[in-house]
Amino acid sequence: MTRRTPPPAAPRRRLTAVDWMLFLLVAAALGYVVWRVNAVLVYNWEWHRVLRFVVRIDAETGQWVANLLLQGLFTTIRLAFWGTILAAIIGLIMGYWRTCDSLALRIISRTYVELIRNIPPLIFIFIFYFFIASQAFPALGLNNINTSSPWVDNAFFRFAFGDPRLFSNFLTGLICLALFEAAYITEIVRAGIQSIKKGQWEAGRAIGLSRFNLLRDIIFPQAVRKILPPLAGQFITLIKDSAIISLISVQELTFLATEVAASTTKVFETWILVGAMYFVLCYFFAFVFARLEIRAGRSHHR
Amino acid sequence: MTETSDRPLVEISGLCKWYNDFSALYDINMNVARGEKVVICGPSGSGKSTLIRCINQLEEHQKGTLFVDGKEVRPGMKGIEQIRRDVGMVFQSFNLFPHMTVLDNLVLGPVRNRGMSRTKARELAMGYLEKVRIAEQAAKYPPQLSGGQQQRVAIARALCMQPKIMLFDEPTSALDPEMIAGVLDVMESLARDGMTMIVVTHEMGFARRVADRVVFMDEGEIVEVATPEEFFTTPKTDRAAQFLSQLLAH
Ligand SMILES: Nc1ncnc2c1ncn2[C@@H]1O[C@H](COP(=O)(O)OP(=O)(O)O)[C@@H](O)[C@H]1O
Ligand SMILES: [Mg+2]
Repeated sequence: MTRRTPPPAAPRRRLTAVDWMLFLLVAAALGYVVWRVNAVLVYNWEWHRVLRFVVRIDAETGQWVANLLLQGLFTTIRLAFWGTILAAIIGLIMGYWRTCDSLALRIISRTYVELIRNIPPLIFIFIFYFFIASQAFPALGLNNINTSSPWVDNAFFRFAFGDPRLFSNFLTGLICLALFEAAYITEIVRAGIQSIKKGQWEAGRAIGLSRFNLLRDIIFPQAVRKILPPLAGQFITLIKDSAIISLISVQELTFLATEVAASTTKVFETWILVGAMYFVLCYFFAFVFARLEIRAGRSHHR
Repeated sequence: MTETSDRPLVEISGLCKWYNDFSALYDINMNVARGEKVVICGPSGSGKSTLIRCINQLEEHQKGTLFVDGKEVRPGMKGIEQIRRDVGMVFQSFNLFPHMTVLDNLVLGPVRNRGMSRTKARELAMGYLEKVRIAEQAAKYPPQLSGGQQQRVAIARALCMQPKIMLFDEPTSALDPEMIAGVLDVMESLARDGMTMIVVTHEMGFARRVADRVVFMDEGEIVEVATPEEFFTTPKTDRAAQFLSQLLAH
């Protein structure tokens, strides 16, 4: 054996007998609960009645089309996508303001964060919906957009924002959700900016960078790399929190699931199915973000 | 051109600076001529860093006047970037941008501040990396380099702005002993090329070889100004003598 011999391969992690015992115990406990519930409820499981609301066959064309639950899932995905972008923009600006020299900007951003963090989400959403959306949108002409205009009545619009007739409803929910989540992103961004050492600012100023260039080229790129993990967590939270928007009648997954549950009376099937849909969606995004983090880490050469 | 080039490159008069109630600099008067090399030394906390950081306004002074290349430098002034492009600075802790390659660290300033094309800036940057003998590391990221290499890159980054004066704030204090010589070599060759330099350092050998003047500071004031020979052999003030004896004791 020489120094150059590669080290022995690390032993693969194995499940031991104790691990299997533990699994068995958990499975048994779960099985017992299910059995008891079944015994008490004498529940008649009818999955097909709920699954019909995922996809159905269109009577006219004879083709499969998305039914309520899948439509709701699509709306939730749209909310998640645009909500993420909007919340990131608001959070980035507000987070930067939190670190500004200007006292006024600091007060504004601080007030925003404290206001939202210290009101229950439900209350915030009701306030926003009844006092702002119902007043501001009519004033801006947003609540009856011309659904037949070519800007709106096209395939891209339908793909990106859903049914044009529901657009103002969608927009209300979107802004509400984004404003709510952005308060948390603001704090993440602030922490990220403040974690950049003073020397980086000074070096940037010393080579004559303007404040804008300094932020764009030096501070934000480093801050974003650092805050990627908590940011990813917050975006997953955004998807889950989007369920709350159902309370102001935005027709996303939870709202439509409530209707399906009510009309079929198949409460268990509906919510188990919807829970699984959320899980897949969130887990998928968590996976994507984890990938992004690995890539960002690789390019950093620490 | 004619008028300003007769004037000293840096003119400081009656400069004062406070941190809250604490007087960090008091009544500083100092000129630095074109091509001159000034070494500033003094005990820790005597205001050396604060003084040179006022020159490029990393710190704002509250009283007194400051001219760089004939242009007045005022706290909170607009267009400070135009002053800073002429004033290179090298920090004790290098402060390279860790998310950019060595080459991009150098290219950034000329492109953003001087509006130079990226191609031209790269050429310029490679020239300076050559000069600090580190061109082969151009594609690496700063955290992959040793301290001495990082500091040489930092010098090249400052030079890339083609400044009229270079400020050094204890450039070798954070380095392992075996790295110091390489950095001092680069600074000496820079001095031979005629660069105007203000160097905060306790490297006596360097001061003797390079400095035209040594400025000794204590408690925010300039206590003594002398040639290196005079200063290190026969200091005029007790405070300087005491400082030197402590320096030699190490
Ligand atoms: N940002 C600051 N706030 C308050 N005091 C400071 C600050 N920066 C420096 N000082 C004080 O000013 C004095 C001079 O500091 P400095 O110029 O860094 O000294 P030197 O570089 O000679 O060691 C020190 O007493 C230091 O504590
Ligand atoms: Mg210092």
